[in-house]
Amino acid sequence: MSVNRPFTRAQRTTIVSGMLAFVVIIVVLQLYLLTATMNAYLGGDESLVWPAAAASLVCLLLNAGLLRYLYKIERTRQ
Amino acid sequence: MSSEDGRDRVDVRIDSPAREGLTGTTPANVYGPLHDPEQVTIAPDGRPMHAQPAWRTDFPIDWPQDHYVERREFMKFMVLTSLAFTVGQFWIAAQNWWRRRRGALPIVPVASVADVPVGGTLLFSYPTEHDPCVLIRTAERTFIAYSQKCTHLSCAVVPHVEAGVIRCPCHDGLFELASGRPLAGPPRRPLSRVRLAFNGDQILASGVEERTV
Repeated sequence: MSVNRPFTRAQRTTIVSGMLAFVVIIVVLQLYLLTATMNAYLGGDESLVWPAAAASLVCLLLNAGLLRYLYKIERTRQ
Repeated sequence: MSSEDGRDRVDVRIDSPAREGLTGTTPANVYGPLHDPEQVTIAPDGRPMHAQPAWRTDFPIDWPQDHYVERREFMKFMVLTSLAFTVGQFWIAAQNWWRRRRGALPIVPVASVADVPVGGTLLFSYPTEHDPCVLIRTAERTFIAYSQKCTHLSCAVVPHVEAGVIRCPCHDGLFELASGRPLAGPPRRPLSRVRLAFNGDQILASGVEERTV
């Protein structure tokens, strides 16, 4: 049987630090995607415009999901 | 409850119903603590509060809470940055859609062969008046044309036919005259090449070829 206990503040700090590391890595990836796509677009290469936009959207959803989880554990604290 | 002398006496038991509401008699476990038990002040250097300077004792800051909140706020900022990058990606996609929708560029006369001497250049605009281009005659029957916008920051490039290069004066970017490829300086992409066609003595611009390498 699992016990659904709220996280302590120390645990939440650890969690938010870990999530922040993920988010920063994803944002750096998005920055790389944006510059690479812009370079390709200005060079007339249209093949990666939409795949890059889709990948960036997936990254955003991932980041938004992590932020949503953070708010969720904030709400469940005592 | 009355004593032998007839006076009321207070029940000494702390949880007696008769004591309810009396000042100072409420059991300690009735109310919760005034502060979150986790709200503890720990100075950044980790020393106890009595070893801290007076200003820190007077204005204590809950540093662990501060660390948590600043990470949370930074994460929100990063997610907003992520949103901005995604918007940028879709803006590029929209621009790309708009460019494809525009279709083929018009074929317009640029000059006649006699207008450009061998080793000479001629400036023109194509496809719109805001797109400056340069036509270069490198040999008797060889013409090449490039967009005059440097691929670094869109400064106007200047051809040096005798040296075989096109130079950007802003940041000393150099392009190869024959191909438009970057040779030195900050530009990473070749100059956009203007496709040329000939109709008798007329030189026509028929399209723009953008390249990544």
